[in-house]
Amino acid sequence: MSKLNRILSGLGLSLTLLGATMAHAADITGAGATFPYPVYAKWAEAYKNKTGIGMNYQSIGSGGGIKQIKAKTVDFGATDAPLNANELGMLGMTQFPTVIGGVVPVLNVQGIAAGQLKLSSDTLVAIFMGKITKWNDAKIAAENKDLNLPDQAITVVHRADGSGTTHIFTSYLAAVSTEWMREVGAGKAVKWPAGTGGKGNEGVASYVQRIKGAIGYVEYAYALQNKMTYAQLQNRDGRFVSPTAESFKAAAGNAKWKASEGFAEILVNEPGAESWPIVGATFILIYKNQDNAAVGAEVLKFFDWAYANGDKLAADLDYVPLPNNVTDMIRKTWKEQVKDSHGKALWN
Amino acid sequence: MKSTFLNQARLKQQVWLDMMFRGLTRLSAFGVLALLLAIITSLVIGSMPAIEAFGFNFLVNPEWNPVTDEYGALVPIVGTLVTSGIALLIAIPVSFGIAIFLTELSPAVLRRPLGIAIELLAGIPSIIYGMWGLFVFAPLFADHVEPWINDNIGVLPVLGPFFSGPPMGIGILTAGIILAIMVIPFIASVMRDVFEVVPPMLKESAYGVGATTWEVVMKVVLPYTRIGVVGGIMLGLGRALGETMAVTFVIGNAHELSKSLLMPGNSISSALANEFTEAVGELYTASLIELGLILFFITFVVLSFARLLLHKLGQREGQVT
Repeated sequence: MSKLNRILSGLGLSLTLLGATMAHAADITGAGATFPYPVYAKWAEAYKNKTGIGMNYQSIGSGGGIKQIKAKTVDFGATDAPLNANELGMLGMTQFPTVIGGVVPVLNVQGIAAGQLKLSSDTLVAIFMGKITKWNDAKIAAENKDLNLPDQAITVVHRADGSGTTHIFTSYLAAVSTEWMREVGAGKAVKWPAGTGGKGNEGVASYVQRIKGAIGYVEYAYALQNKMTYAQLQNRDGRFVSPTAESFKAAAGNAKWKASEGFAEILVNEPGAESWPIVGATFILIYKNQDNAAVGAEVLKFFDWAYANGDKLAADLDYVPLPNNVTDMIRKTWKEQVKDSHGKALWN
Repeated sequence: MKSTFLNQARLKQQVWLDMMFRGLTRLSAFGVLALLLAIITSLVIGSMPAIEAFGFNFLVNPEWNPVTDEYGALVPIVGTLVTSGIALLIAIPVSFGIAIFLTELSPAVLRRPLGIAIELLAGIPSIIYGMWGLFVFAPLFADHVEPWINDNIGVLPVLGPFFSGPPMGIGILTAGIILAIMVIPFIASVMRDVFEVVPPMLKESAYGVGATTWEVVMKVVLPYTRIGVVGGIMLGLGRALGETMAVTFVIGNAHELSKSLLMPGNSISSALANEFTEAVGELYTASLIELGLILFFITFVVLSFARLLLHKLGQREGQVT
């Protein structure tokens, strides 16, 4: 009897241990981009309340995220600037977007309120090129006849740190100007022809708020929360639009996502009368062949849940959720590409 | 008999303890050396791709272009040296004044509170200085000081180009001033401490033969405390060279070589802090690590130079007497 007891309790103990390891294995980890961190954290919290499975996300920057997933110390990496199909193929990874954000030009000029200043793409490029140096320049004045523009020097403020925001912004400038494309190019950090650099969105925001005559660019959510003076931009259809969740959605809806290329789409200068011209998505990287199938499946389950239930949480934080047709495409890609070690699809 | 035996046992124990203690101290000392070598080695290995790609040109190239993968360290090197130079230029005379006041001139009641205040300043985290610099100092500087500099110094023939530019409040000069404020407590407290150890007899004798306070300080106190004073200045310089957060906030972080001190620039440590997290690609990372190696080297050169200076000073004095 006592022997049986011992065996039973031993069995119980090992079961508990097994349970503990299983619960541990079920927690998923990710690392990377700082831009989507607030929404990932919110999703993780809601998901844990619902399923009991936690998601730990370290917002260490896209570069760090890519390094970590390469070293397989995390279950997924996150990056603001998408990898291209070639890089993905070499690493054996697949890539999909999660949320969309907009980048907006913000300024600090006496007498100009939020949304009053209108800038065409040519003017914006010329300002960031350092070619237009005064706010009362004829080019700006021609687009803003109703505004009283001061005779004040323009100070360009850009990001000092490498960032996805810069990648989206410079991609836009490169898309609308061959001169920018040739002289500066697009990237997370570029050689700026003019201006001064602030660290992070908050650094750019505080420089713009401190320096009279400054113009910079920040994430939409950041401009909104800090009540910054933003400018209207002229989109591809020639209309001046304001940055709003609607104009971001319009831009995203007109994008042509291609699953074959890892959805590596930068949503700048999209067609459509209502489209905001500087929009970009943030991305997740996972291995196509998952060593640990259980964890890989949990990662997919988490993002599936987020696509299905996370829109409201994202919108509360001023991110724009992906359209349903895009998330359906993503699920299809999972089914086709993400496999366990026996070649069996993890997502059904 | 018994007591001798006990003594012997105690002696044995003490010898053993001594040996253990000696080993421990040796281990600590060599541990530091090993750590230093390990850091240098890993920096060299990490920066190898950049060294191979750019060679010596890295040091004199003002380009820093992550898009075309072309990197040069000239802008951050100049920024680091110039900001630290400005900091010392301001901090040395001020600290000297503080130390003289505290040791020679101040009423006894004030000495302790003032001394404690200076030590407290040394304990403030650098990010606080950075935020204060950006949110409080920079706007005041931009509105009230920089226009004046532009109008009065900026128009001078030779100095002019170094002191003209848009009044942004952010730039090399601001970074230098913030650094000066940060290193003053270090230099001042070391100076005060070494001034205090000058034997009163020497000073009293000088006063006795009719020397003024200035003469006593310059001819008695300073020569007696020379090594300590230079040591304090080097401590300050060391902090200024490596300071990261405070500089990042106010230097403007632009990879651009500008003549004017009012324009934004970059320093080695702030370039590292800004760009390391998002640096992708072997060459980019390697270039950043090489920047770290250069900073290491600059600090080493500065310290060696200080040693050499002291050595020369000692020699010259030996010849005079």
